[in-house]
Amino acid sequence: MKHSSFFWFVLPSALLMLTFIAFPIVSVVTQSLYQEHEQVLIEVENCGPFGCTQSTTVDTQATEALRAAQPLGQWAGLDIYKDRNHLAFAEVGEAWASSVSMRDFAGSLMNLPFYDAIAFTLTYTAVVTPLTIIFGFLIAIGVNAVARTMRGPTIFLSLLPMIVTPIVGALVLFWMVDARGVLGAGLQWLADDPNLSVKASTPLTWIMLMVYGIWSSAPFAFIVYYAGLQTVNTDTLEAAMIDGATRWQRIRYVVIPHLVPLTTFIALIQLMDNFRVFEPIVSFSAQAHARSLSFAIFNDLGGETRLLSSAAATSVLTIIGVAILLSPVLVRTWRDFGKAR
Amino acid sequence: MSKATRLSPTTKIMAYGFLGLWLVMAAFPFIWTLWGSFKVEGDFFSKADWANSLFGTLTIAETGGSFTGDGYYGAWIQEEFWRAALNTFIVCVCVVTISLTCGTLGGYALSRSTYRYAFWFLLFALMFRAMPPLTLVSGYLLPFFEWNLWGHLSTTIIVLVAINQPFTLWMLHAFFKNIPTDLDESAMVDGCTRFQAFRHVIIPVMWPGVITTGLFSFLLAYNDFAVTTMLLSKENQTMVPKLVSFLGTTQTKGNVMFAVAAVVSITAPLFIMIIFFQKQIVSGLTAGAVKG
Repeated sequence: MKHSSFFWFVLPSALLMLTFIAFPIVSVVTQSLYQEHEQVLIEVENCGPFGCTQSTTVDTQATEALRAAQPLGQWAGLDIYKDRNHLAFAEVGEAWASSVSMRDFAGSLMNLPFYDAIAFTLTYTAVVTPLTIIFGFLIAIGVNAVARTMRGPTIFLSLLPMIVTPIVGALVLFWMVDARGVLGAGLQWLADDPNLSVKASTPLTWIMLMVYGIWSSAPFAFIVYYAGLQTVNTDTLEAAMIDGATRWQRIRYVVIPHLVPLTTFIALIQLMDNFRVFEPIVSFSAQAHARSLSFAIFNDLGGETRLLSSAAATSVLTIIGVAILLSPVLVRTWRDFGKAR
Repeated sequence: MSKATRLSPTTKIMAYGFLGLWLVMAAFPFIWTLWGSFKVEGDFFSKADWANSLFGTLTIAETGGSFTGDGYYGAWIQEEFWRAALNTFIVCVCVVTISLTCGTLGGYALSRSTYRYAFWFLLFALMFRAMPPLTLVSGYLLPFFEWNLWGHLSTTIIVLVAINQPFTLWMLHAFFKNIPTDLDESAMVDGCTRFQAFRHVIIPVMWPGVITTGLFSFLLAYNDFAVTTMLLSKENQTMVPKLVSFLGTTQTKGNVMFAVAAVVSITAPLFIMIIFFQKQIVSGLTAGAVKG
């Protein structure tokens, strides 16, 4: 294809992505180096019948004018990154000096909002991604083993948790594990504790969020693996059986190697999606117990005062996180593609 | 069935058992919520006995019948959920149309170019795909406020299209790779320009791939919460942010049933979509994986 026709064909997409994906990244980095203007204070002398008093008030007009003139705020350098809500160098240093053990240190780190958010995000990603893959694989093997007539309905029902709006899917689960819902009542009966509430306990909330994560993305892994299983070479399987391989050995040495490339693909997509975990926290109203990086940004942006700079700094740190997380996969893709050309 | 795939009875029972368990896990929550949405709150969240939500004891006591449409009435009429549904409809139609238009052009060019920059383009798209939408949203807010773009449906539509582009490009690129190059090249030998070849030879055969990609664009627009909640003003809210706003207000009013009704209303179109397009969804999910 000629360079010029390629250019015109790709132009609309490229423009869209430049304006709304590349430019915001630049904008976020810039914003994170500024902080909001402080309010302009003026000294006012109030003179009444009983003498004069000095008082300080906010000059609303001047503040508005300043904010309108420089919407970005005032230059702050890396201050926002260093404050308590982000990397919190001062607090971390203090905690390092004052804590007696690693456990103690980790405990005080978890009290800092950013480290708390990154701990949850990483744990969530590290737990949900492999479990999704394993669970999806098991369902695919199971579907492959049952009668052909059952496969259609199974795929149909399995698609539900994945296709449904994340907020909606998480709400549906959340209402069921509510202390007054059917699963919540079941858990109370199982644990023999009438006051057990998933909402009120941090570990249970984390587990519930991860269960939601697996529930909603296992179907994706299942569908991809199922499609892969249809292309396994039956001759190889039969040859393995004639050579005396057991069912497990056939799965281990014929089926699994065939599915490895698919696993890379699923892992890549799942890493990206799990790292941005956000909706279930809103649905579970779990912000008191579990906050992800995306949720921290959402929290800063929402509400009456929009903390744009704070959100921007968290965004930049999140983008760095995504880059680190994806770097091995990207390098690999790059090498594979390089070879293919 | 070949001998290698035949199973012993115990493995078979285990497979059926495991699948049965998964199917219950996948479907039961939705059936339960659908059933419960026609009850009153006292039954849906039953402190006394969970079986109340099955038989609707309190629903009978409060409304006279064992099913009630109060939640739906409250949500759709009283809280004007229909307005949000209309907005969602507009957003979805526009997002799907625009992203497919840009995506087919771009995806076609990427599949036909043999130069290295096409590969770099795709790799950048992949990196963009990994950006959490909220990090991008925090970059939009200030410019949008400054230029008075915030709050409109059209702004949200363009943003959703852009966020959707990397995925659309990858998917359509994979589909176009499967259309033999001989097709459009022979048209060009006969004197067509590149665009004429695309218009007269490729467009007639690309529909299966485009429909599949369109389904996923639709899902992205329909299911989005991060972008729509931050960029739309209250009057222009789509269904998902509206549902979340119910959670805030209705829980204090003690009327969580509006939210339950809204959840069922949001799920219903998706359910119908799976019934009609199950094949396309499955082929779309596997397209990227199997074909590279």
